[in-house]
Amino acid sequence: MSSKTQPPADRLPLIHIADLHKVYVLGLTRVYALRGIDLDIEKNEYVAIMGPSGSGKSTLMNIIGCLDVPTRGRYFLNGKDVSKLDEDELARIRNKEIGFVFQTFNLLPRATALQNVELPLFYAGISAARRRQLAREALEKVGLADRINHRPNELSGGQRQRVAIARALVNNPSIILADEPTGNLDTKTGAEIMDIFDHLHQQGNTIVLVTHEKFIADHAERIIHLKDGKIEFEERPQVAGGTVQ
Amino acid sequence: MRTFLEYLRNAWDSLNAHRVRSFFTILGIVIGVTTIICIFTIIQSINRYVEGEFSGLGASTVYVSKYPWVITGNWWEFRNRPPITLREYRALREQSVFARWISPLIESFRTVQYRSHSLEQVYTVGCNEEYPETANVSVSLGRWFTHLEVEHARPVVVIGAHVQEVLFGLENPLGKRIKINGLPYKVVGVLEKRGNFFGFNMDNQIIIPYTTFRTFRLSRRNIAIALRVSDPNQLDELKDEIRGILRRVRKIPPTEKDNFSINQQDMLTQFYHQLTGTLYLVVFVVGGISLIVGGIGIANIMLVSVTERTREIGIRKAVGATRTQIIVHFLSESILISLVGGFLGIVAGVLVSQIPLNLMKLGASVSPGTVLIGVGFSSLVGILSGLYPANRAARVNPIEALRYE
Repeated sequence: MSSKTQPPADRLPLIHIADLHKVYVLGLTRVYALRGIDLDIEKNEYVAIMGPSGSGKSTLMNIIGCLDVPTRGRYFLNGKDVSKLDEDELARIRNKEIGFVFQTFNLLPRATALQNVELPLFYAGISAARRRQLAREALEKVGLADRINHRPNELSGGQRQRVAIARALVNNPSIILADEPTGNLDTKTGAEIMDIFDHLHQQGNTIVLVTHEKFIADHAERIIHLKDGKIEFEERPQVAGGTVQ
Repeated sequence: MRTFLEYLRNAWDSLNAHRVRSFFTILGIVIGVTTIICIFTIIQSINRYVEGEFSGLGASTVYVSKYPWVITGNWWEFRNRPPITLREYRALREQSVFARWISPLIESFRTVQYRSHSLEQVYTVGCNEEYPETANVSVSLGRWFTHLEVEHARPVVVIGAHVQEVLFGLENPLGKRIKINGLPYKVVGVLEKRGNFFGFNMDNQIIIPYTTFRTFRLSRRNIAIALRVSDPNQLDELKDEIRGILRRVRKIPPTEKDNFSINQQDMLTQFYHQLTGTLYLVVFVVGGISLIVGGIGIANIMLVSVTERTREIGIRKAVGATRTQIIVHFLSESILISLVGGFLGIVAGVLVSQIPLNLMKLGASVSPGTVLIGVGFSSLVGILSGLYPANRAARVNPIEALRYE
């Protein structure tokens, strides 16, 4: 299911994770969050990571998202070893390569939808005019062209999550990382959000979805099941990339 | 630069979001800067006034007198000196090469009368016709008395503007006879209005030929001698010359110190600067302390703000903000607070300083230096007080921050 030997750099998949360990030291105890994960994700794949709480899926997600570094093991993103980078280098990788979508949306409450979407572009050093244009286009893609000057508290949950998706898209990242994106939404709105992800996947984006709901994970092409910091098994749902009502 | 302006705009938005809090934080800086600007403006206005007053003594004039103007050391030493007399005036007059103008100065307070009007305790100067050159004064009406009038001890007088007002009102004083301690003098001129010199009314004076000065044993009376050079650069030569002449006249052996003083405007200015130098220091310390307190206020609020906005920091870091970008983000808030405070402080300082200056009847002088000091100090406080909170923000762990409620 994965290669222990390291393929040559030009043939590496988009994400290549080898023997990944993460140990947290909490006082005197050591918590083994990940105990040797091997995982490859190709470009334009749609992968869901599932598992009960404490299975290590959040830790894996944070490492894939370059918010954290592994204790041991290698993580190649786009052919680049990102497991040994310092904080600022990781910030630049997050800025260029990764688009986050969170369960709690994580929008800046005082900023408008447009300003929220502009945020990654601001840190990329893009000029104000270009930022506005790109952010507007991203908001149009998620169907919020008429809401660009609304603040998060003036938007519904679904609309907020769409702003967050637009923000994740705006930098044209290599991966879109979604952590329980429907966790705070009702079933109908959740389905709408999942439609957007399906659509984004069809347009060629690589999507990694973390969830504990099977019917959400079923949207993906591959489901990775984690348990106790290890990959328990992997499955391919029947209706890959389709909509399950 | 353009990016920094955007950071400042962001900072403005966050200050706007917490108006009351921002107001009180800014107030801390305003008070500090106001204190500094206010006292600076007052001191500078007084300085300008004092220097203006001192310049009335003339930069190229020296005054020979028994006592030095600024006494340092034992006063008794000076008290036992012999008086400066007219004999020494004559010696200087005959022998000095560098003194272009020279006049004796005999001072007293006299009662002046004209018809039913009288004025007591009028400052009376006895001098010669060269006095106006040494003292930088001139007449606005009539003329000065002449060499011949001095030589022949003519009873003529030049009166100050205040004396004219009280004795004559609207009447023309020229040619009128007034009585000085009962003796008649003819008014030939009126002095230009000069205002106050440290509270002393310079217009409440009269000037008469020293030869007409009626006093007890005129030849032994202690007087002063004013000498003025034509070229200010020759002032030191003049002083050396005076020392030589007076030591010779007084037969002072080379081993002994001078028993007379040669005074000049510089001494007063220096003494004054010495005094205000200390005052400046006190102001710096007081203003500095209040700015430090203001800075602590900023640091405190910024720390609260960093904690409150942990989640926001997490979001910014997740979408790719580097540590430097987070530091600049928070620093620009503290800098904005202190710049706004500094600006308001300058305005308030200038306005508040008008009150005492108006009471003292002094014009305010706001120098660019003062403004620079205000802006400089407040931005320094802004940067210093923002550094620690900004660093704390930059070190926030994004994973924990995103979970922070």
